[in-house]
Amino acid sequence: MTAVSPPSHRISAFFHRKPKLRLGLLLTAPMLWLGLAYLGALAALFITAFWSTDVFTGKVVTDWSFDNFVTLFSDSVYRTITFRTVGIALLVTVIDAVIAFPMAFAMAKLASPRAQRLLVIMVMTPLWASYLVKAYAWRTLLSGNGVLNWLLNPLGLSGPGYGVTATVITLSYLWLPYMILPIYAGLEKLPTSLVDASGDLGAKSFRTFRSVILPLTFPAIVAGSIFTFSLSLGDYIAVKIVGGTSQMLGNVVYDNIGAANNLPFAATVATVPVVIMLVYLAAVRRTGALDNL
Amino acid sequence: MKNRKTLLAGLCGVSLLLAACGTSGSDSKAGSAPGAQGFTPPKLNALTQLGQPEGQLNVLAWPGYAENGSNDAKVNWVTPFEQQTGCKVNVKPFGTSDEAVTLMKTGQYDVVSASGDASLRLVASGDVEPVNTALVPNYNDIYPFLKNKSWNSVNNVAYGIPHGWGANVLAYRTDKVQPEPKSWSPMFDEKSQFKGKVIAYDSPIYIADAALYLMAHQPDLGIKNPYALDDKQFKAATDLLKKQRPLVEEYWSDYLKETQSLKSGDGVIGTAWQVTVNLAKSEGAPIAATVPSEGATGWSDTWMVSAKSQHKTCAYKWMDYITSPKVNAQVAEYFGEAPANSKACAEFKDKSLCDTYHANDAAYAAKIQYWTTPIPQCLDGRTDVKCKDYGDWTRAWTEIKG
Repeated sequence: MTAVSPPSHRISAFFHRKPKLRLGLLLTAPMLWLGLAYLGALAALFITAFWSTDVFTGKVVTDWSFDNFVTLFSDSVYRTITFRTVGIALLVTVIDAVIAFPMAFAMAKLASPRAQRLLVIMVMTPLWASYLVKAYAWRTLLSGNGVLNWLLNPLGLSGPGYGVTATVITLSYLWLPYMILPIYAGLEKLPTSLVDASGDLGAKSFRTFRSVILPLTFPAIVAGSIFTFSLSLGDYIAVKIVGGTSQMLGNVVYDNIGAANNLPFAATVATVPVVIMLVYLAAVRRTGALDNL
Repeated sequence: MKNRKTLLAGLCGVSLLLAACGTSGSDSKAGSAPGAQGFTPPKLNALTQLGQPEGQLNVLAWPGYAENGSNDAKVNWVTPFEQQTGCKVNVKPFGTSDEAVTLMKTGQYDVVSASGDASLRLVASGDVEPVNTALVPNYNDIYPFLKNKSWNSVNNVAYGIPHGWGANVLAYRTDKVQPEPKSWSPMFDEKSQFKGKVIAYDSPIYIADAALYLMAHQPDLGIKNPYALDDKQFKAATDLLKKQRPLVEEYWSDYLKETQSLKSGDGVIGTAWQVTVNLAKSEGAPIAATVPSEGATGWSDTWMVSAKSQHKTCAYKWMDYITSPKVNAQVAEYFGEAPANSKACAEFKDKSLCDTYHANDAAYAAKIQYWTTPIPQCLDGRTDVKCKDYGDWTRAWTEIKG
């Protein structure tokens, strides 16, 4: 950077002599963004969770109490919904990882450079279409007289109908690109010579995969999992479209804001995914995977 | 009188309507007895006479109620109003009654098209004021069965001009559901033959549908009004809905989603709006609708004036214009509901629609229990018990869906 600045330019020269000041100024904007917009909003959310709402006028009453948290922990329905949501998010993550890895591997290691570019574009294409269109497309596919049943009926099978299974399928489809792209990037960085060396030393392909490829691309899989896991954890639209009667944490938050005008309780519920994500990130950090991001 | 004072003190104690208690104390005539709705609104006066149009009007409306050609160039009844009155109209559509209540608190809107589950809250919090119906000539032609109802008046003081209404009907596939259902039982009976094919409305207010069913099938619960439920009645209604859940294919809040479900046959019977039925029929699906013997819930909308409005003359001109026969017909036909103006039916492009929507049918309208916000003071007038409020309803709804 500094080599490019013309020495005659006084300001850049000044900053060149004071690297710490330069760094400080450069970091101010992102730090403000992180501190105010992100952490500030989270803090406000957490504070709101201790307040309550006047049921009739709909105004927020700023009396401090743990009532919302008591409701959250004592009512079994919220436990059920939390477990269902985490279960769906984990399942989506696993399914996406299993599907994405071979795809990313083929893209990064087997395809020609020209085909590689084309494949990346093809993986990204669904991201250009609206989330809603894709979710409603799945609603049509999974319908009682939809394509899926039409294909399965001759085999004596039937589709899953609307419900948790349909939600997992739809979310897995929606977030798949977010898993493929990080793994693809990770595999691209993996030197082919290492794979060759493993083969030269007598390892069969599975051994090479287990001992060389997987450990080196694990951080990339974790990076992808953070996307798929957190996006599934917060989702409320897909489950509304194909989830039949089931609901996720996002629906509880949405209903409390939209229908009940109860922002405090919505905030209380919203802390659940935040806490789960913190636990998840802490667990991921312990594996050392974040250092490689 | 003493009892009434105790009652009033009790109401104040609930601390819901501090402003209302403050004003009603000095006004012994109107304020000593709470209205039939169980609360006393803040004392506000209606406009006594119209002035010069202020040149501006901010309208808060359900989508489809105040079209200005921006959604569909062919649908525009805002521009003619602007030309007639010189009131420049800004339209803000809202998606839910709760959103409307929140937005009205800002005081930035002059008029709002409020459904019954919003209007009482607006009246009680003093966000809207009484309406002088004498200044709205078209009010004379409004169907009598829509005037001075519990959701648009308090103590016989009108708080708005009725706009249109409709019922949450029982829709079913004529090829799968035979004979024609005469009761809501297929949707609630545990042994229903339509298990997994039932479609239910996705909102806490749907608890009222269960309460309505219990009114007819468990009279010993003593439910008089499906929006006024004490602990025991509320538990019975929510238990009924929990038992209904295994029958339900899905809950809908987007009427297009329900149309699709009925069309594809994933659901064969469900609670619906007339517009859903029309839409599905027009796309060739064998769908019919009925109001079963137990009656039905529904909505009735009212144009109301903000207490903080700076453009009251324009607001009154708007209320008169939007409920005039021709415009009322345009809106009702576009949205799919019964118009409030008795002369509107003659203005419909599709004359059969007025029969479809039962516009002139007071008996049909009487069968409908219109959406009303549940509040702690029982809406049916009971004072010995506390009723469940909308917050309780919402929490219960989460629990029902599980």
